This record gives sequence, C-alpha cells and structure tokens, in this order.
Amino acid sequence: MGRKILFVTTDQQRYDTLGCNGGTLASTPVIDRLATEGIRYERAVPQSVVCMPSRSTIITGQHPSTHGVWMNGVPLPVDAPSIAAELLRSGYRTALVGKAHFEPFLDAFGRFTENSLARSGEETLLGPWADGTVGPHRGFEHLELAAHGAAGMLHYTQWLAAEHPEAVGMYYSALDPSFNVNAAGGGDTDAPQVHVNPIPRDWYHTDWVADRTVAWLDSLDADDDWFCWMSFPDPHHPWDPPQSEMGRIDWRDVPLPAGYPSDRAERERILDAKPRHWRRWYDGELVSNYEAPRDWVPATLTDDQVREVNARNAVECELIDEALGRVLDAVEARGWTDDVDVVFTTDHGELQGDFGLLFKGPYHVDALMRLPLVWRPAPAARVAPAVVTRPVGLVDLAPTFAGIAGLAPRDWMQGRALPVDDGDADARGAGRVLTEWDSELFGVGVHLRTITRDGWVCTTYGPGHSHDGTEGELYDLAEDPLQQVNRWDDPALAAVQADLVADLRDHLPPAHVPRLDVEAPV
Amino acid sequence: MGSVRREVRIARSADDVWAVLGDPRTIAEWFPGIVEATVDGDTRVITTASGLPMPEKIVTNDPIQRRFQYQVVAPIITHHLGTIDVFDLGDGTSLVSYATDCVPDALALAIGGATGSALHELARLLESGHVFGGASASLDDPADATEGGEA
Repeated sequence: MGRKILFVTTDQQRYDTLGCNGGTLASTPVIDRLATEGIRYERAVPQSVVCMPSRSTIITGQHPSTHGVWMNGVPLPVDAPSIAAELLRSGYRTALVGKAHFEPFLDAFGRFTENSLARSGEETLLGPWADGTVGPHRGFEHLELAAHGAAGMLHYTQWLAAEHPEAVGMYYSALDPSFNVNAAGGGDTDAPQVHVNPIPRDWYHTDWVADRTVAWLDSLDADDDWFCWMSFPDPHHPWDPPQSEMGRIDWRDVPLPAGYPSDRAERERILDAKPRHWRRWYDGELVSNYEAPRDWVPATLTDDQVREVNARNAVECELIDEALGRVLDAVEARGWTDDVDVVFTTDHGELQGDFGLLFKGPYHVDALMRLPLVWRPAPAARVAPAVVTRPVGLVDLAPTFAGIAGLAPRDWMQGRALPVDDGDADARGAGRVLTEWDSELFGVGVHLRTITRDGWVCTTYGPGHSHDGTEGELYDLAEDPLQQVNRWDDPALAAVQADLVADLRDHLPPAHVPRLDVEAPV
Repeated sequence: MGSVRREVRIARSADDVWAVLGDPRTIAEWFPGIVEATVDGDTRVITTASGLPMPEKIVTNDPIQRRFQYQVVAPIITHHLGTIDVFDLGDGTSLVSYATDCVPDALALAIGGATGSALHELARLLESGHVFGGASASLDDPADATEGGEA
C-alpha cells in the first residue's frame, strides 16, 4: 500500500484569499492547517490564466503550446498524455469529481465526453490513451462533473434538475440571451455577475462536490491506493453563493483591495503605462477574452461593487474550506490520513478589483498569476514543513504526483517535481516559470509570453490586434508587489530585460502540430 | 455578426467530394455530433447527439460552383448561414471551405467551431474509401488519389 493523493483545485482563486497567505477576509482554517503541516508555496505560477489551457497543463504536465490547448474553446485531444492514466496504470484508483473543463462547455452538437457522460449513466467511457492503448477517459475510472450553475449537461445539473427542480432557476444565468457572458448586475451594488441565490447550501455545487467525493472514497477498499481530483467550480464568477451564508461578511465592512486604486485618475495613469489593450478593455473598446462580459465596461466599476464582489468571493472561499474539511474528516474516518498527500491549488487567479478590473484576460500580473498552492505530504512520509519562495508552476504537478506514487517522471512531462523547500529548489535548478497567452476571438488576436524569475515578471507581446510586437511589461516583484510600475522601457533595466527575454525565448516549449482548432467559445 | 471559417485539403477529386457534400442526407455520416438527418425538399432536419432536433433550410445546392448553403432555423438564432465550398486544386485533390456566419455572434463559434472536426472526419472517410450511404457516387480507389493534408 502506497501514498494516496487528494488533489484539490478551485477555479479562479487569488493567492491572497487564504489566511495562510495573509488574507484577512475569508476564514480558511482547514487549508491554513494543511499549510502549517506541509509546504506552502509563495510563488506558484500558472502556465495560462484561463481554465482550459491551465487545466490541460495540470493533467498533461505540459505547457499550453505543447499540449495544444492554446485558448479556451480548444478541446484537449482525448489521447493527450494524462497523469491520471499513468497512476491508473500503476494500480491507483482514479476519480475526478467537480469541474473538469478539458472540453468545451458550449457543445451545440453534444460531441464531447464530458457533456455526454451524465446522460450515458456510465462512470466513465473508454477512450484512446497517449500510448496507443484504450482506457477510461483521460485515465479516470470515475467522473462526476459540475460547473458554475444549473445550466448544461453535467452530472450536477442533472442531479439538481431531478432532485430539486425548483432550484434550477435560482442560479445566475452565466450567459445572456445572445450567448455572451452575462453582464447583468445584481446584489446590493448591481455589480456584474453578482446575484442573490436563494439555493439551500446543501444543494449548492460546492457541497455537492464534497458529498460526491466522500461517496467515491467510501466505495473504495481500505487498502486501495487512490488519486482523487476534487475540483470545486468556485470562487469563479458568477458570485452567487447561497444567500443563507452571506451573513458571514458584510460587504460594507470590506476594505478596498491594495491593488485597487480608488482614485480614478490614479487607476487610469497606471493602466496607461501598460500595453494599450489594458486601457482599451477598461474603456470598453476591446474585449479579447470571451469570459469577460462583452457588455460590461470596467471603467464603470465602483468602490462598493469591488467590496461586494470581494465579500461574495470570500464567502465562496469559506464554503470551499469547510467542504474540504468534511472530506478530510471522511479520510480520517477511513484511517487513511497518515498515508494521504493533499495538494491544494487553483487553475488561475482573478483580477477582483485590481487596476479597476474584474474577471481575467491577457494580463500577466499577480492577480491572475500568483496562485495559492499548498502541499501537505502524507505524514507517514515525514517531510518537514516549509515555505518555498522560489517560483514553481502548475506544470510541476504531474511529475509531483508521479513522484508521490513512486513513478519516474515521464519523458513527456515538461515540469519537475515540486521542491520541498528553497534549498531543494536551488539544488535542482528550479526558478524559471513560463506563462503563455494566445487568443483569437472574431478578429482580435492577442499573444503574450511571460517569464517569472529572480524576482521579476517579464512579458513580451507578439504582433496582434492592439500590439505591434515591440511592447512588453517588466515588474520588480519586491519593489512593486502590485505591478503598478511598468519598467519595460526603463533604460536602467535594459540588461535585465534583455537577459530575461533571451532566457524566455531560449526555453519556449515546442508547439503542438498541427495547431488545434477553437471549437467553441468556452 | 460572428463569422467562422474552417478548411481542409482532401486527397480526392472535387467531383468525389462534391458527390458527398452535395447530398444533404450524408451529413450524419461525416459531422460528429449529428446522429440523424432527414431531407424533405429544401428542409433538412438534423438531430444532435444530445437528442436536439434542429431544422435547417437549404438555400443553395449548386453542383456547378460546388457550393452548398443552408440556414439553421431556431428562435434563438437571428441569422445563420452555413456555406460549404469545394475547390478543385487541379492535382486530383480538393480544398473544402466551411463558413459559418451567425447572429448572435457567440453562436457562430458554438456552431461553426464544430465544422473543423467535421471536415477532418470527412477527409478521413473519403481518403479511406468509405462509401456514403446517402450519396449516389461510387468512389474510386483512394490509393489513386494524391496525398493531401490539412490546408
């Protein structure tokens, strides 16, 4: 019997939403305790700041250029490499409960397995694996899927419609009648994607994901080794947690985030020093990401809307923390705790008011790129608690899981197992993490390549709709933790910039051939 | 209006490809996610894998230009035009273009996004010598065709 793996992801969660990372709004004692007992990473960086590419990086251990999911709406090939398949092949039981999103949600023809699985009544479907064999879909014996509400064809929505049909209409409608991401406001401040949701907490998707995870764990034999990816859809917008829980935090008491300059002139001065697509989105002139509501103009964002969004987000984070606590209790009840590794992270961050913006897009700053990551190794492994300050990536998770299972990293993995402390990171030469953005939405193309290294974040731009390919961003993370001063054109940093850009270009990952099609908006 | 175009090069002659695409009944054989298609005059009703029936109006079926156009008819769609063109590349191969123009814009990608995989499936079937049940054409030995690939 080996080490078991509980892999917990959330969706679109900022680093600073956890108590262990200095957050003060949400109470997250369960994750904080895991951080105290394990390893807390202070600079975990995604390889993409949107869902499908980032999640594809997690499962494949590859950068977006290589696995081929270069923007949302591009499905990960069914036969892409999968750490779950590797674990299943080595004897692990495998499940994914919650949000997958390796395949598009908007599936007009019902082509994708994730969307057809619930209807099929099967725990999984067979599909091709990267090694030419056939096995459970992406290596998961059990898939039970959910997304952000009651729409779609996933297991949660089918369960809700069957068991609690009166609740289906309680959620925010993620799309508007023209199938764009909804800009409609709600709550007390009319903030976009905010909604008063009367759904009972027990029926909300966060608790459902925990319930179904516990049910799957309960189905296992005591001596099974297992890999369970528990994937919460929150705190991704819409911000519509059960209204019964909103008494936890009064949005009127929420301080404005440090990254949100409440003075409009100051906000706009900061944006104007960045490549022009920042300001153009703020002014409502350019939307380069489908998931940013097309009909919402960030310049209209108010202080109170920022407060209410942050309050609702914090409540969602608390519900996740409590749900995780229930699952850990179930693990303890099975007598497994000493042999279970728990890894907690998210796929990317959320602007959440920084720079006067919400949601996400081609903006490679901490709001979207500094992620919560906690690894509590199995206590039986006797790994000393630590804080790792060196940069690591989500691309490092697949080899980490392989290592926990006693497997050598596979040659298709582009990351390396997470360091257990800074000394380990330095000894293994860790320290460079890359992030990519590519999007092409109805004639608007945006292309970014970013390196995080030695306390700098450096982004280059390719030619596109708003850029000629000469633009860039350069931030000193120590002196400018909010990335408000773009030093790309600072002559004093020319050598630093040249070195970072050369290093970035020397380490760009190989491209997937052929380039994959965008098959849906998201 | 949202506008999406996908294309593929197929190692079959334009006449062979048109024999399939010009017969609107064949679509369920080469378009993943469409499980059934019935044709009555200028109306085609497709059924998706999720069980959704979707009526379409055929507006162009021109064997001379090798152009097929249709409109999805649904209350949520203000405007739709699907256009499939087959081009003879003069070397025994052909280029197929599949365009989707739609209002609301986002649906152009939701509908048109599927056409790329449909074209790849069409190419695979044609190049492997598949005989289409709905098509009247009997295809020649695919080994005679020039090797092609994605355009």
